[in-house]
Amino acid sequence: MTERIPFAPPPPAEATPPAHQVSTEPLLRVENVVKHFPIRRGIFFKRQIGSVQAVENVSLEVRRGETLGLVGETGCGKSTLARCITRLYPLTSGRVVFDGADISQLSPRRMRPYRRRMQMIFQDPYGSLNPRRRVGSIIGDPLAIHGIAEGPERRRRVQELMEIVGLNPEHYNRFPSEFSGGQRQRIGVARALALRPSLVICDEPVSALDVSVQAQIINLLEDLQGELGLTYVFIAHDLAVVEHVSDRVAVMYLGKVVELADTQELFGSPRHPYTAALLSASMVADPEKARASHRVVLYGDVPSPINPPTGCRFHTRCPKAQAICSVEEPPLQVQPGDLPDHLTACHFPVQRGETLVGATPEFHQAAAEFIATTPPPVVEGSA
Amino acid sequence: MSLAPFEPTTSVDFIDEIPPDSAEGGRAIEGRSPLRLALARLRTDRVAWLAAGMILAMVLLALIAPVISAATGHSATNPDLVNGTNSFGQPYGPGQGGFLLGTDNLGRDVLVRVAYGARISLLVGVLATLLATVGGTILGLISGYFGGWIDALLARLMDAVLSFPYVLAAIVLAAVFGGSLGLTIAVIAFFSWAAIGRIVRGQTLSQKEKEYVEAARSIGAGPFRIMFVDILPNLVAPVLVLGTLLVPVAIVFEATLDYLGVGVGPPTPTWGNMLADDQGSAGFGAWWFWGFPAIALLITTLGFNLLGDSVRDALDPRTERIFATRRKASVLGPDTPVGGGGTQSGAEADTR
Amino acid sequence: MTRFIVRRVIQGIITLWVIVTLIFVLFFMTNPDPARLLAGKAATVTQVASIRAFLGLNKPLWQQYLGFLGRLIQGNLGESYKLHEPVTTLLGQWVQVDISLAVGAGIIWLVLGLSVGIIAARRPRTIWDRSATVFVLVGLSTPTFILGLLLLFIFFYILTTHGIDIFPSAGNYTPFFTNPAEWARDLLLPWLTLALITAATYARLSRSSLLEVLGEDYIRTARAKGLSERRVVYRHALRAAITPIVTQFGIDLATVLGGAIITETIFGLPGLGQNVVSAIGREDLPVIQGIVLVAAAFIVVANIIVDVLYAVIDPRVRLS
Repeated sequence: MTERIPFAPPPPAEATPPAHQVSTEPLLRVENVVKHFPIRRGIFFKRQIGSVQAVENVSLEVRRGETLGLVGETGCGKSTLARCITRLYPLTSGRVVFDGADISQLSPRRMRPYRRRMQMIFQDPYGSLNPRRRVGSIIGDPLAIHGIAEGPERRRRVQELMEIVGLNPEHYNRFPSEFSGGQRQRIGVARALALRPSLVICDEPVSALDVSVQAQIINLLEDLQGELGLTYVFIAHDLAVVEHVSDRVAVMYLGKVVELADTQELFGSPRHPYTAALLSASMVADPEKARASHRVVLYGDVPSPINPPTGCRFHTRCPKAQAICSVEEPPLQVQPGDLPDHLTACHFPVQRGETLVGATPEFHQAAAEFIATTPPPVVEGSA
Repeated sequence: MSLAPFEPTTSVDFIDEIPPDSAEGGRAIEGRSPLRLALARLRTDRVAWLAAGMILAMVLLALIAPVISAATGHSATNPDLVNGTNSFGQPYGPGQGGFLLGTDNLGRDVLVRVAYGARISLLVGVLATLLATVGGTILGLISGYFGGWIDALLARLMDAVLSFPYVLAAIVLAAVFGGSLGLTIAVIAFFSWAAIGRIVRGQTLSQKEKEYVEAARSIGAGPFRIMFVDILPNLVAPVLVLGTLLVPVAIVFEATLDYLGVGVGPPTPTWGNMLADDQGSAGFGAWWFWGFPAIALLITTLGFNLLGDSVRDALDPRTERIFATRRKASVLGPDTPVGGGGTQSGAEADTR
Repeated sequence: MTRFIVRRVIQGIITLWVIVTLIFVLFFMTNPDPARLLAGKAATVTQVASIRAFLGLNKPLWQQYLGFLGRLIQGNLGESYKLHEPVTTLLGQWVQVDISLAVGAGIIWLVLGLSVGIIAARRPRTIWDRSATVFVLVGLSTPTFILGLLLLFIFFYILTTHGIDIFPSAGNYTPFFTNPAEWARDLLLPWLTLALITAATYARLSRSSLLEVLGEDYIRTARAKGLSERRVVYRHALRAAITPIVTQFGIDLATVLGGAIITETIFGLPGLGQNVVSAIGREDLPVIQGIVLVAAAFIVVANIIVDVLYAVIDPRVRLS
């Protein structure tokens, strides 16, 4: 597999949009999905005393043929949302509509035909494959379960899939432990493709891989999208990767979508303070640019999803927060002056050309003093 | 105890020959399954060979019992005071009067009796263990996977069975229904399944959280498929070890029941009742009455224990040779009158 | 923590209840006519009938069950059919034997097992370790009653016939308060029978537990700090390694307390174990029931104590 993207992802302004067809028809609609995990205490009959509010009132649309990127910090609810979409978790409330059909409350048996069209690629290449099963059996599992192919026919299809994802079909009888991380991820992709799904949800598919291997897998996914007409929901926390693969990006924070826009638009002119902070924190390859850019530091820790802040969930860490932010939750909507596809949930969105001050001025002062007065440690023999 | 996913630590030893089936007509490369690698390791383990030899010897003895009986003309059950005792009416010692191992106080050939006893011991041991293993695995899987009230119920049941003084219960049942082979097998199986069940349940609980189970659900696998096709292969190792170690437990359990008079009774010879009725009649002078059955029992249990240890080593070579669980070590639960093929103590073993 | 204890106790109670129910099923349903048993073989039909009415055996099964449970909670285990004494009194007498057995054997196996295990762990793969392995395997494979017979044979029969009259034959038991020396002498062989085999398990357990702990990073740190090996093992490693042993000890002790059937039978000791066998022989239901119950209760209680102890020692357990 030749590598088509360089080691370090290109800086934001030069990202090229992916070259596949996107229609405006939604393949997947998520409407007001809420997922709470109850916390139970009690000796025997456990009562619920609270809940982890993992996903709160999320509404999204995924259009046919596009790649929707989903970013956020760990714990923001993106993986939970993915599992809610595929019904691996039951919904607390809300609707998931797949290709016009409401799959929110379907029984496992009714859900089966939809599972064929909606697949998932998992994050952990080591954990997501059963170590005691042979690779051919793993990839062919969906075919066996849904009764699509048996015996030699199944084997043939599996080997075909292995070739498509770049594996040697002769390795059909090997165990996952005999493959590298990148190869295992390819196995996962092959398994996901076995049923020719329309929608593939990629839950941080490259996060566990080395950077060079990441490039390979991303290229593979892009190629497959073009060849097979797939629709992706691409979950990641690495902004550079997300920017490269996505048509549109949704940013999540503490269970809510805070901004949603076309990739170029989002990375070029982020509106939500959180998005701006995230973008400022991502690494830029060019040292001069890095020095020139302004790092927005958010003070405070991510609040607990058990007890999320009132009003706008970001207000405790937001450099632009004002009184109304702690009272009223801003709706996700188009801000004045924005493109119709650019939604932001903020009372005081970042304006063009505005520089956010992250930490307080006092902090900057103290930091500068410390640096000035404390001599750097002398390390023996370091370069 | 937990077994991490298997990672082969040795370099390639051999690649299995597979009939060509790929398009180019070349040889499809087959992975070495963990079981196959374990077998290879087992093959080089001398202790395992010794153990296998011991067990095989006993099996052989059991199989040719009728042959021995026919060849020597001695019956296992019929008293034969004419040929079997010397002129003083005393039984023959080993090597005397043409009896290799001597005779008992009723003139019966000890060798023939020991051979027939082997049949019963091995039959009960293996069969009861098999039943217990299958039952325990299935129930453990169900309990661990489904959780909820099913798990609560089954876990409590397993606890109760494990806490139950089973030797007592066996005695009571036998006293009520009359000791018989079938009853013995049933009782042993009933009190042993919980040991396997508990381990399987624990393993299932931990495997359930793994991502590959989630992946299986996302492709539409139903719970039973996941349990038996996905999770079960990951359990084979501990279940195999435990099963092998459970056999001597069952054998000794059976012998104990016979010894106490509530298992298979005379005149059918079993090692247990040979130890019992022959102890009393001649006191300790005629040591060969009970000595040979005891030796036979020892060889059998030692054999299975050694084999179980070797199997455990072969499946997971990273553990130390004498391996035990860290936690409350009730691996084999209520043990038996043996020091415990697993990790129970003899005290427990004795009383339950 | 309290929550954990409470939860554990409730679980224990439920387990006990399941056991009690199992016992009820076992006894009341398998035995068609307890009244006749109580009356004895020579009773007339009317006598049996009146006894049946007296015992309330005419009532439907569930009523009997509830009555059974009720009496149980009040501590009434009934009266022996054949010995005509309250079961609780009899149990009180017999359990003394088991306490004696448990205490003596327990000390022996703990000391022996731990020593062997620690020595083996401190010198892995040396001759000490190999010997320990042999000891363990032989011990684990030897059925209790064979060991008992063997010990009796060697120490009683052979010695006595050669004139060395140290060990008594089977069938002797002197209570501690009557004559401690006799008490110990009578119990020595039974203690050894129980202890040697159990020691094998403890040797294995302590060896592997200690080895596991010795492989931990913090032990390596202790050594790096310059502590002597003795200190490292006895002050640091042992403390962590001892937990499974302590918990196992609790359970084993409880098991012996509930009656060591085989040992008692071989050596003729009038404890719970031997008496349950004879009770079965003479179909003395209340006694059988009482002993089984007590034995099971010991185990369940021991399990609870052990679990709580474990949670006290290892805080991680509480969170599960």
